[in-house]
Parts: sequence; structure tokens; C-alpha cells
Amino acid sequence: MDEGETGDGSDNRMVTGVRAQRRALRADPATVAVDVFVFAMKVFLAFFALWAVVGTIVLQVQGEGLGADSWRDVVVGGLATGSIYGLIALGYSMVYGILGFINFAHGEVFMTGAFSGYLMAGALFASGMWEANFPLAFVIVLIGAALTSMIVAITIEKVAYRRLRGAPRLIPLITSIGVSFFLQYAVLGLFGGNIKSYPQLPVGLRERVNVLGFQVEGSKLVVIFVAAVSVVALWWFVSKSKSGRAIRAVAEDREIAGLMGIDVNRTIVKTFAVGGAMAGVAGIMWALLFRNIFFHTGFLPGIKAFTAAVLGGIGNLPGAMLGGLTLGMFEAAGPTMMASLRWAIPTWVAHTIGAAALAGAVRGFLRFRQGHVRDTGSAVGWMLVGSLFALLAFTQLPGFQVVIPGTSQLKDMIAFLVLIGVLMARPAGLLGERLALEERG
Amino acid sequence: MRLRHLAVMVLALALVAAACGDGDTTTTTAGGSEDPLGVVEVQPGEAIQIRAHQAISGPAESLGIDQVRGVELAIADFGDIHGFPVDMGVAEDDLCSAEGGQAGAQAIVAQGNVVAVIGTTCSGAQRAAMPVYSAAGMVLFSGSNTAPDLTSDLQGTAGESFQPGYYRTAHNDLFQGAAVAKFVFDELGLTRAAAVHDGDPYTQGLANAFRSAFETLGGEVPVFTATSGTAGADQTALLTEIAGADVEVVFFPIFPGTGGPEIIQQKDGIAGLEDVVWFGADGLFVGDYISIPETEGMYFSGPDLDFGGNVSATGKNYAEMRAAYEAANGVVPPAPFHAHTYDATVLVLTAIREVGVVGDDGVLRIGRQALRDYLETVADFDGLIGKITCDEFGDCGSQRVQIAYHTDSSVTDISLTPVSASYTRADLIGIITGG
Repeated sequence: MDEGETGDGSDNRMVTGVRAQRRALRADPATVAVDVFVFAMKVFLAFFALWAVVGTIVLQVQGEGLGADSWRDVVVGGLATGSIYGLIALGYSMVYGILGFINFAHGEVFMTGAFSGYLMAGALFASGMWEANFPLAFVIVLIGAALTSMIVAITIEKVAYRRLRGAPRLIPLITSIGVSFFLQYAVLGLFGGNIKSYPQLPVGLRERVNVLGFQVEGSKLVVIFVAAVSVVALWWFVSKSKSGRAIRAVAEDREIAGLMGIDVNRTIVKTFAVGGAMAGVAGIMWALLFRNIFFHTGFLPGIKAFTAAVLGGIGNLPGAMLGGLTLGMFEAAGPTMMASLRWAIPTWVAHTIGAAALAGAVRGFLRFRQGHVRDTGSAVGWMLVGSLFALLAFTQLPGFQVVIPGTSQLKDMIAFLVLIGVLMARPAGLLGERLALEERG
Repeated sequence: MRLRHLAVMVLALALVAAACGDGDTTTTTAGGSEDPLGVVEVQPGEAIQIRAHQAISGPAESLGIDQVRGVELAIADFGDIHGFPVDMGVAEDDLCSAEGGQAGAQAIVAQGNVVAVIGTTCSGAQRAAMPVYSAAGMVLFSGSNTAPDLTSDLQGTAGESFQPGYYRTAHNDLFQGAAVAKFVFDELGLTRAAAVHDGDPYTQGLANAFRSAFETLGGEVPVFTATSGTAGADQTALLTEIAGADVEVVFFPIFPGTGGPEIIQQKDGIAGLEDVVWFGADGLFVGDYISIPETEGMYFSGPDLDFGGNVSATGKNYAEMRAAYEAANGVVPPAPFHAHTYDATVLVLTAIREVGVVGDDGVLRIGRQALRDYLETVADFDGLIGKITCDEFGDCGSQRVQIAYHTDSSVTDISLTPVSASYTRADLIGIITGG
């Protein structure tokens, strides 16, 4: 044991001891190598992100980028898809906040909502109501889907998770993956594996409407509006209603909440119900945008919504919505921005980068010489990465361009790269993690 | 201890000897002559076994189920061979994927006495299935595989995935790609195109064939890309990329299950695509797809469905075959390849009849190499699709391609879709060979 930790030496000896310990911890080659690698990754990501942004702006100014109308559609599309991710992400976050585990079956709760909506929409279309009185038909489908998803979520909680309340968190996590597969294949068995198409939307929703001078597709406008109303309703429910206060109390401390007279089981069921209803609404929004569903429809949006929840800060409700919108926007604009890497870096920009990198390398060297062992990793990182970047900037970067054909294929990769990038910079997510009791304890 | 080693060695040698012995038994006699790939013996009272290996589920199920029905009708029309009935057993599912191709092939090969297989539906499944069939000495005959690399480049060079024992009555997509390019360039007068595939060998091969032919004619293809390939997915990134390239036509030869409906339904949400012409191929030219209202105004390439007065070796023409199809299944054919598969099956059964020999013991013997040799020399065989002649790489198709113009989504019978143009081999071969 290190003498500093024994506490029986002088202050000086203790400080020396701590330093020695830190030296041992931080200055070993493996740790330094990892630090340098992480530093290099950050620089790499930041460099390409900056290049993409600047490239997009420059190409736009030069008239080689997307037209203004296309950018408008990118932004509106991103907001609409992001709203759906956000709605699903709320369910992930609420369950995490109260039970401290990730309910991976939540994507399938979303899918069952979309499926029940499909069945109701089909019936309403057959009866003629879908076309004759679309607003009423839409409200019926929306409420029906929210109720279905709510019932599915409550059933999952009662059947699969309740008995595992005291078990280690890995157990309900595995169970939720099992439930997810069960729901997928139950839907496959009940309705078949082919793609189900919602009836065509009325003309008004397919056409563009004028919003503050912008021509926006009607269906996307409805999606954004319904998502906004749902979020406001959820915010009111969680912050103002008695049930919402109970949910927050249980999330804060389950035992104390129980002692204060809150019915914990009931509150947890309410949480699942509200999360499920949000997923059901998201299912109908998905159908409004993309019309087609099948038994796997919940998988990728589910994973992305989980990503959105982590991006915003898991357990944090505004964070979930913000994460969803961020993800949606990056997904929509990312491919176009990545295609902007074709902007050739001008020589003066390359040389400026080189000079900055060289300055960074010198700074790293000075810090290394000062011998702050604690900073060894970052000092070596600055030195190595700075020198390498300076070398590249002066020799390779002038006129350098990256032409990636078919960047739209990389949409999902870009979305997850954003997640990695954000979590590298802010491990707790954009708005910070809302920790569950077990983690605080 | 040494004794144990010795025992293990003896056992290993015995296994090797047994394995070699198995190999030797494949060279047996058929009608008194040796067949290097082995002989299938059908005992009196038993049936000749052939199998269908088609996409029965997954993104191309409309295409696959349509062809299984074609096989059933052909077997019924052909009748017994040398007094032996023909049994197609249970069809294997190729899932329109490499996994389905390999798993189905292994299941069929394991049955031992299967003579030939009619399939696969998808070129991607064929790539994984054919090595298994080829190694087992079997024949695989497809009515709908169209990827160029499964046979040849039509200039004497075998395709990357060519394997002996493979034949197809479907066209080679070099012809389909050239037909689309010629129609777009000459008839529509458009010169800037986007080509979109979904990563599947059929769609990638066809998109490539189109690009190559279009550029040969003088057109430009500034966007050549892939969709994410799943049903119900967001295609706006792809559509935005296309909108940014200022193209006049989008050729997307993919499947209904890999983004076909989503692309056409989501295009209205993207500015800059208002005047673009949308062009699908035979993978999308199925009843379910053309029933989507947004597909109105689309062009589709595919096999020429005007079979005129062609009469099959079974004595039936297409109208009779189709009437039997509708009577047996209660639906109109949902996809275009049932006639090609009918012809493929009749050709295989004819080959079995020609090379099969009934011995004095009443056993029917069919030499596997003899079957291949027969198919390779087929010329001017009467098929519903026209006169069938096979080349050395297994291309037996009539190579006639049509361009349909879809205007009414309430008509889902693809044979009723108006045809804008049709091309023969002679019209297109110059574009392919650059001559």
C-alpha cells in the first residue's frame, strides 16, 4: 500500500505519495497510449465536422450546394423525424428514470401502436370515413394507437418486469430484449411478414401549405404539431398533476416515496402507461410520414430513439426530446454535409491549420517538459497529434478533397457518429444524466 | 498410450478411405456409359424428384410464389417421363438472400436423389446456392435470375459467379440495362440520370448495366447510390441527394421490400424532384407495387410479356397456360416470370426424358453430366417465351425486353399495363458490346 494512503507521514510525504500514485496511474505507457488515441479521435472528429460545416457553407455560397427549397425540406424533414424519435425516447427515459434499466421492448411498443393504427385506418378507409371526414378518423386512429401501446406497455410491466424489481439490472435488460423478440414474432404470426401500407392521405396533407412564407408538406406539419402538443401534455402531467408528482417522487427514491404513502407499483404502471401512449402516438406519426410498416418497423427507430435518449441525457425528459430533434436534424442534414467534404481545402486554410497544429505540438512539448505527470497523456497527445497534423497540413491538405459517392447510404452511420462525438465531449449527454437512485447511492 | 494413438490413426485413415470411397461411387454408369458426375436411379414405382427453390417469403415473395405455380403447371402439362411421375416435393425458400440460397441448396442436396432444381428467384440467393448445387453435380435452372455475372458478359468471358450446371430462361440484365438506357436516351430524350440499387446482386448488376449503357449512348449518371434497403424506412436522405444532382430520370431497379414504395411515396416531400421521371424494373413490376397510387406515371422495364402465338413443347400457348394458372390459383399472375419458369421446367423435364434410360431391371437412370451436356446444346427449343437456344454459359433467354408505362393503379394485372417500347437482342447487343 502506498504510504500516502496510510496517513501516518507528514503532509509533504503524503503529497509525494499521492503524486507517486498518480504517476503510477497516469504515466504508464498503456494509459498514455489510450489518452493519446482518444485525443486523436476527438481531433479527427472535430476536424472532419468543421470541414463538413465550412465546406457546406462555401459550396452553398458558390452555388454548388442544395437549393434553398431543398434545405427547407431537409430541415422540416429532420424536425418531423426527430419529433418521432423524441416521442419514443421519452418512454425510454421515463422507465430509466424510475426503474434504472433500459426497456429495449419499447421500440416494439411503438410498432404495435403503428400496427393497431393500420388496422383501424384500414377499417375506416373501407367505411369511407377516412376520406369523408379525415380529421375525426385521424383522431380515432391516434387515440386507438395510443391506447393499444399503453395496454401493451402495462402488460409487459406486469408480466415481465414486476417480478424482477429487486434483481440486478442486467436481468430485466435481458428480459426486455426477449420481450422485444416476442412482440415482433407475435405480430409476424398474427399479421404475416409482408409490408402493410396505410391508406393514402387526403390531398390536403399531401400538398404543401404556406407557413410563414415557407411551403411545408401538410403531413410533416401535422407530425411536428402533434409531437409538440404531446410533449406539452406530458410536461404538464409530470410537473403539475398528482400522478406526475408521484412519478417524480418514486424516481427520486422509491423506498421513501412508498413510506410517504405513494403506491409505488401503481406509479410505475402509470409511467409505463404514459411512455406507451407516447410511443403509440409516435407510431401514427411514423405512418403519416412513411405509410409502410411491418413487424420489424420498431427495431431501428427504437434503437435510434434510445440513442436520442442517451444523446439528450438518459432519464432527462427535455433531454430526450432535444436528443430526438438533434438526431433527426443530423440524420437529415448529415449526408449533404458529408458530401461537402468534396470542397477542396485551399492552401491558406491548410497552412493555417498547420500553423495551429504546430503551435499545439509546441505547447504539448512545453507541458511535457514541465513534468506534470498528471498531464502526460494529454501533453503527449498534443505533441504527437499536433506534429502529425502539422506535417499533413503542410504536405497533403492543400487542395485535398474527399469525394464520397452516395453519402445518403451513410445516414445511419452519421447519426451514430454524432452520438459518439457528443458522448466523447459530454459523457452525460447534452442536458446531463438524470441519475437513478442506485447510481447515486 | 501408443495403442490409443494407433487406434486414432487407424480410425482417421478409415474415415479418409470412406470419404474417398464415397467420391468414387459418384462415377457410375448410365445406360452402359460412365457419367463423371454420377447417376440418379429411380426405382420402379417411385417418382423422379425435382425441386423448386424460390422466394416464398421476404422482399420478393410475389416473384417467387408466381414461379412455384409455373413449375407446378409445367409438371402437370408435361406428364410422366418413361412411365415415371415427376414429384416437386416441398419448395425451398430462397428468402431472396444469400442465407436462404445456401440453406435451401444444402437442404435439397442432402436429399440425394433430386435430379434438378428450378430456381432461384433472386440472383443474390443463386450466388450462394450455386456452388452447393454445382459441387453436387446438379442442375439449377432459373426463370428469373438476371444478374449478368451469373453467366457471362455476352462477349465470351464467364461472369464472376458462373458455375457449371447453371442455366436461365430469364434475360441477362445487360439487355435490360441497355433497353432502359436506350428508351430513356432515344425516346424520352433525357441525358442526366440517377441509378439506385439496394446492394442485392440483381439490383446492383442491373443499375450498373444501365449506367454503362447510358454512358455509352452519351448520357451522364451523376448519382449512383444504394438505399438503406429496409421496408418502411426514411428515404429522404437519398431523395435529397438525388434532388441535389439535378437529374431528369431516376432508375431504381429494387424490390417492394427494400424501399421501392417508400421512395415513390416520399418523393413529394423533397423540392427539386417535381419533374423527374421514375423508372423501375422487373423486381418492382408486380401487382402489389403498381397498386400504390403514387406509382402512376412510372415506367417499368422487364421481360417482354407479349408471347404472341408461341407454343411450348407441351403443346400449350401462353393464353392456355395462363387460363390454367388462374383456374388453379384463383388469381391473375402477380409477377412476370411464371412463363419463363414454365419453360425452364419443361426444358429440364425434356432433358431428363432424353438422357434418362430405363434398364432391364425397370430402373430409370439419369446421368448428371449427360443432363448438363444436353442442356448446353439446346437450340431452337419451343418455349412460351419464343425459341430457346442456350449458350455455353447457360444464357437461354429470348433476351426480349419491354418498357411498360403505368398510368392506372386500379389495374394491378401487369399484363394489361400499356407497353411503350419493346426491344430484341438485335436492337441492344450493339450497345452492350460497344459495336
